[in-house]
Amino acid sequence: MAATLHGFGDPHPDLPADRAEARFDDGKPLYNDAQALAESSRCLYCYDAPCIEKCPTSINIPEFIRKISTGNVRGSARTIFDANILGLSCARVCPVEVLCVGSCVFNLESIPPIQIGRLQRYATDTAYEKGWSFYEPGPDSGKSVVLVGAGPASLACAHELRKHGHETILLEKRDLPGGLNTTGVAPYKMPADAALSEVAWITESMGVTVKTGVEVGKDLTFDQLLKGHDAVFVGVGLGPDSQLGVDGQDLPGVFGGVEIIERWKNGGDAALDGVTHAAVVGGGNTALDVVRELLVLGVPCVTMIYRRDEASMSGYSHEWDYAKKGGAQASWHSQPLRFVAGSDGRVSHVECATLEPDPSDPGGRKLRRRGEHTFDVPAELVIVAAGQHKLQGLLEGIPDVELNRGRIVVDDDGRTSNPQVFAGGDCANGGKEVVNAAAEGKRAAQAIHAALSGE
Amino acid sequence: MVDLTANTGGIVSPNPFWLASAPPTNTGAQIERAFDHGWGGAVWKTLGTPIRNVSSRYAAIDHGDRRIIGLNNIELITDRPLEVNFAEMAQVKRKYPKHAVIASLMVETKEEWKDIIKRSIDAGADGLELNFGCPHGMCERGMGSAVGQEPKVNEEITSWAKEFSSIPVLVKLTPNVGDIVPHGCAAQAGGADGVSLINTIKSLISVDIDRFVPNPRVGNRSTNGGYCGPAVRPIALHMVGALARDPVFQLPISGIGGVGTWRHAVEFMLLGASTVQVCTAVMHHGYRIVEDMIEGLSGYMEDKGFTCLDDFIGKAIPNYTAWGELDLNYKVVAKIDEATCIGCQKCYIACYDGSHQCVHLKEGAEAIDPVEAAKLKQHDKMGVDQALRVPFVDEEECVGCNLCHMVCPVPGCITMQEVTSDEPLLTYKDFVRMEAERKAAQ
Repeated sequence: MAATLHGFGDPHPDLPADRAEARFDDGKPLYNDAQALAESSRCLYCYDAPCIEKCPTSINIPEFIRKISTGNVRGSARTIFDANILGLSCARVCPVEVLCVGSCVFNLESIPPIQIGRLQRYATDTAYEKGWSFYEPGPDSGKSVVLVGAGPASLACAHELRKHGHETILLEKRDLPGGLNTTGVAPYKMPADAALSEVAWITESMGVTVKTGVEVGKDLTFDQLLKGHDAVFVGVGLGPDSQLGVDGQDLPGVFGGVEIIERWKNGGDAALDGVTHAAVVGGGNTALDVVRELLVLGVPCVTMIYRRDEASMSGYSHEWDYAKKGGAQASWHSQPLRFVAGSDGRVSHVECATLEPDPSDPGGRKLRRRGEHTFDVPAELVIVAAGQHKLQGLLEGIPDVELNRGRIVVDDDGRTSNPQVFAGGDCANGGKEVVNAAAEGKRAAQAIHAALSGE
Repeated sequence: MVDLTANTGGIVSPNPFWLASAPPTNTGAQIERAFDHGWGGAVWKTLGTPIRNVSSRYAAIDHGDRRIIGLNNIELITDRPLEVNFAEMAQVKRKYPKHAVIASLMVETKEEWKDIIKRSIDAGADGLELNFGCPHGMCERGMGSAVGQEPKVNEEITSWAKEFSSIPVLVKLTPNVGDIVPHGCAAQAGGADGVSLINTIKSLISVDIDRFVPNPRVGNRSTNGGYCGPAVRPIALHMVGALARDPVFQLPISGIGGVGTWRHAVEFMLLGASTVQVCTAVMHHGYRIVEDMIEGLSGYMEDKGFTCLDDFIGKAIPNYTAWGELDLNYKVVAKIDEATCIGCQKCYIACYDGSHQCVHLKEGAEAIDPVEAAKLKQHDKMGVDQALRVPFVDEEECVGCNLCHMVCPVPGCITMQEVTSDEPLLTYKDFVRMEAERKAAQ
């Protein structure tokens, strides 16, 4: 049975056509057949390959690549989806440079590593385009699982549960499902259309119920969910952007990183009118994404403000390299003191102090101000990408579930301290990649199935 | 300076690189272009009663994204009037007097042989090549490999050619026989001045799995063709070597079959060929490849201290023996260089599933000596995790088969190293004799 899908080339009807995301080109375009054959033929087909080990979902990478080289693209896609049902989005959004591609044995020979992500995209995009469907729901088990949040962790979990015939209901507080794949992934990696197509492919063919616009904790309580279902999976991700707690953080023109990316991807005021200088506060991957996206969106001068040095950034160095090539500037060892408004009432610059390591900390992590001077970074747009809040208040509403610093405490298979409640993704791991969420959701599904079937 | 002048059976050329009788030598204009690129000789596309060809004609085997490791063709001999061919041949010889032009011939009756040989000589050909090899189409009409597979017919037609020819006669042999030696000897008995081999191998290269028709497809039918290109080179080398080391066979050899580079030419020449003929590589890349062939061969000869081709032609023949002459006491074992190993473990799985289970994986961190591990940590690229990925060889069990060395993608990483032994040379013949003596003594 072919899945009913919106083709990737077609705009998704639920997404405004004039949103900022539509202005981005595909960063790593889909391989054509010749490119896929050339690249797949290069793969050594390692035994016990390190790329598999590096993949959180343990995709049998040499096998799927070999299948591309023999023309068995359908089998290739099956190998990918068997391990990771979010293979299409992971192919585009995974930081392959530090995962599979980074571990390719060719790196040790200084030979360009196999472009695993692009080959995976070739196989999975082909599967979607051809309408190949590999799975069907198991016979009705009579059990019901409700999944809170409709992001990657819940999608992977629900798909696996449906194979065993358990009823699955995804509850999503937003109007669109897909979690960060829909709202947060850099547009040059994957547009929201593709994320929504993936959600449809996973859910429609397997009979997963998706209810959007339903906020647990407000419209429904966890108690109600626990009473009405055999198990609850929590995949709510993280909360809103953290704020710096400085003066001017509510000025027009100051946004959170996740907040502004969601606008660009899903629609709304892109907040770019009249912006020639933008400042991005933070040194993580969200900050780097925002920097790169601002440059593509045509902001001439984009400065990253980070309190440590280049080597200490938590964001991937390959992403910062891309940003630098795009013209990004950085103000290292810098701490915003306040956001200052111009005559129009909108933010006009960031007043910063210079930081240095505090010699009282032998570990060198603690910072202190160097001198009393301040300097200004001009910015008609300021994006604070300094992490996200945990959804502590929401999670505290889950009966008998232990939390640690705002995260749900889980074992390797997503079990919480409440035997009826399971969790995965950012709300449990604190904020990792889509591929981690996919792996955790799938493992949790297996644990849920074991619990429900008494195995 | 090295001298590349070549001579096969009295046909002399400025270098040993000839174009084989095939599509690249279909016309005078092509051959003139080839000579301009540097080819030393050309065997004209086989002349005979012009035929009609089919469409399509060629098909190939690829390896991954690399094209044409083997090529199959169902094209026949010349489809152009003989008078046109001979007029062009005369013009080529006028313009290129020092290059070798050889007329490949294929006709049926003695009268026809007499006529076509005379016309070839009149056109200025430096030699003749009797096409007793073509395994498709022409053999159905009693020519080509139908002749080459019957030593008596081969000998008789060769003797006709010698009777009518004042220029050297080469016989082109078909590989579609069990043993090449009687066929080479038949040409020798017929008086040939040399042989050229191999012609193409009878083949069916592939099947169109959507249309259910073999390739190359002519409408909804196909037929067997002749196989050539890189994949046939081992068969050609064996047949050249088999003739070269035969004590009865004494003729010069022009080697053919998968020659694409100067290295291949050297291999054929070390096994006794005095010239080589090239077709598929030119069909794939064009005449221009000869520049590298000439330079590469010259460089090889300079490196080895050879001044002329005779310095190395046949140099590998004495080392090509029967299996029974090999030394059973000689031993090599595989060595894996940990510093260059990239941990792909191809050697492990190849040996484990495909050979003799002598390459093993390290079980865990405890498998590495702590002192070794500390050293590895300092190494630029080899952390302990990487070192753990490097397989090791059980040298006692290693049979020295070469498989791990062959599958290893890193040049020089797995080497086969000689194990010094006090054991004397022991051939299988010696072994059988000693066993018999031992039993007799009991």
